[in-house]
Amino acid sequence: MSTTASPSLLIGCAAGFSGDRVDAAGPVVDTLIARGGPAFLIFETLAERTLALAQLRRRADPDAGFEPLLDDLLRPVLARCLQHNIRIVSNFGAANPLAAARHIRKMARELGLPAPRIAVVGGDDLSGAPHRPLLRAQLGAAIDQIQLVSANAYIGAEAIAAALDAGAHIVVAGRVADPSLTVGPAMSHFGWRADDWDRLARATMAGHLLECGAQVCGGYFADPGYKEVPELHAVGYPIAEISGDGHCIIGKAAHTGGLVNLASVKEQLLYEVHDPAAYLTPDVVADISAAQLELLVPDRVALTGVRGHARPASLKVNVCHEGGWLAEGEISYAGPRAEARARLAAEVLRQRLPGLTLRVDLIGALSIMGDDAGSLLAATVAGDARDVRLRVAATHADRAQAERLPREVTALYCCGPAGGGGVRTALTPRLNTLSCLVPREAVPVHFEMLDSLQEVA
Amino acid sequence: MSSAGASTIAVPLYRAAHGRTGDKGNRSNISVIAWHPDLYPVLLAQVTEAAVARHFAHRRPSRVQRYELPLLAALNFVLDDVLDGGVNDALNLDTHGKALSFWLLDLPIQVPVSLVALLAGPEPTDF
Repeated sequence: MSTTASPSLLIGCAAGFSGDRVDAAGPVVDTLIARGGPAFLIFETLAERTLALAQLRRRADPDAGFEPLLDDLLRPVLARCLQHNIRIVSNFGAANPLAAARHIRKMARELGLPAPRIAVVGGDDLSGAPHRPLLRAQLGAAIDQIQLVSANAYIGAEAIAAALDAGAHIVVAGRVADPSLTVGPAMSHFGWRADDWDRLARATMAGHLLECGAQVCGGYFADPGYKEVPELHAVGYPIAEISGDGHCIIGKAAHTGGLVNLASVKEQLLYEVHDPAAYLTPDVVADISAAQLELLVPDRVALTGVRGHARPASLKVNVCHEGGWLAEGEISYAGPRAEARARLAAEVLRQRLPGLTLRVDLIGALSIMGDDAGSLLAATVAGDARDVRLRVAATHADRAQAERLPREVTALYCCGPAGGGGVRTALTPRLNTLSCLVPREAVPVHFEMLDSLQEVA
Repeated sequence: MSSAGASTIAVPLYRAAHGRTGDKGNRSNISVIAWHPDLYPVLLAQVTEAAVARHFAHRRPSRVQRYELPLLAALNFVLDDVLDGGVNDALNLDTHGKALSFWLLDLPIQVPVSLVALLAGPEPTDF
């Protein structure tokens, strides 16, 4: 156990996506308190689609548009965090960080806590009309042919660090890059410059290990007979111990299940990485081509050998737009010749639904490994699977056209092959994405202290 | 268990390595991490860009790139245009392509008999 004099910075992560467990933070906060010393708690709750959905909620209600589980995530630990000076950094502001900040202020009041200083990081949202020429310059006429729902730049750690330097207890952001939730606190705590590439890269990879929550601690890892994970039902969430040079030791909350070992850390280190020598973030280009891992003791792995290069001149922007309708339908066949009957049902649907391009899955025989065009299914000799769920899916810009699919799947009850049961159908509005790069200077990143606006220098 | 010669045995890749899939847009990355550093040269020799492209032919990758991480005894594969447009566009139930690592880990490889003790898990009965 470290002493309170530890020069390291502890950063715990209590959520890895929107929809993650809401009971994760408790053990992380308990561990941070027990270990003492400077500590932060981060929640990572955004993905490509999450932000667009949040933007739609905000359109319907100007006070909505932040993480819907914000209350469940934060309320159980807010008092202990504030009492022990564990500062909180998160992108749970989603499409409306200001409303999230106001909600947290209200939460603190309801809990009888002194008002925390809450900073709101903004500038990532480029969906407004004034930003349209910027997007048009990158995406061309395409931007005028879509029903735009959201457009957000992946912004970096600088505004987070500046807000912490200004005394924020809680920093609420929208679309900051996931690792920046860790880099911001480290920059502020250690006083690093924004061009200290090696240190920023090391903290970036610490953030990368943290950003998916349990995924580095044995979550999304277990494979019976090959990768055993103790008490997976109670898997713990990670805590990084970051040293002054930026390197980290990754561990997990005490008294939890899961594990942190070389295998679990390697899988997460390479997760969503393309060129290991150039992992691009708004803060730095991180290089893990010479990274090394060492298991110090069970559940503590040290990461070293990370290098950094100058950050990209541009920021990535994701644009979400309305994408018509997704129609899905399922029906099950079981017993002798089940697969043959499911294949016949698919053929019936193809003939009944001209104008819709169907994806066909035979769940129980061949489904998610196949491609939308069905080339793997076509190349697979019909088998004799005896418990098969037929799933068909199609997309169409016009709702009326898309609705033909669920109707025809339902009609299989009386008109399809023998013995089909358990029809389920769904019609869902789709969101499609475009992405582009924009010059960093074009994105007006700033933070405000809930009441007073300050621009980042 | 078939054997190409006296000195090697055929095993599925998952006995020599583990991995995880990640996605960004229409691009998938799959890590292939040796269970033991001594198995890494086997991966290097046999889990090539061409072998991976062949294994994913039905997903029609426009490019397969392999990155080597010898200090981690790991390879990282990047497969372009294999996700039918990606998480918001594909019709697959698994729009992220999360399951693709297990498709790759089924790739047959030849492992020298001298390294068999380093392989993970029991011998599969259906290989």
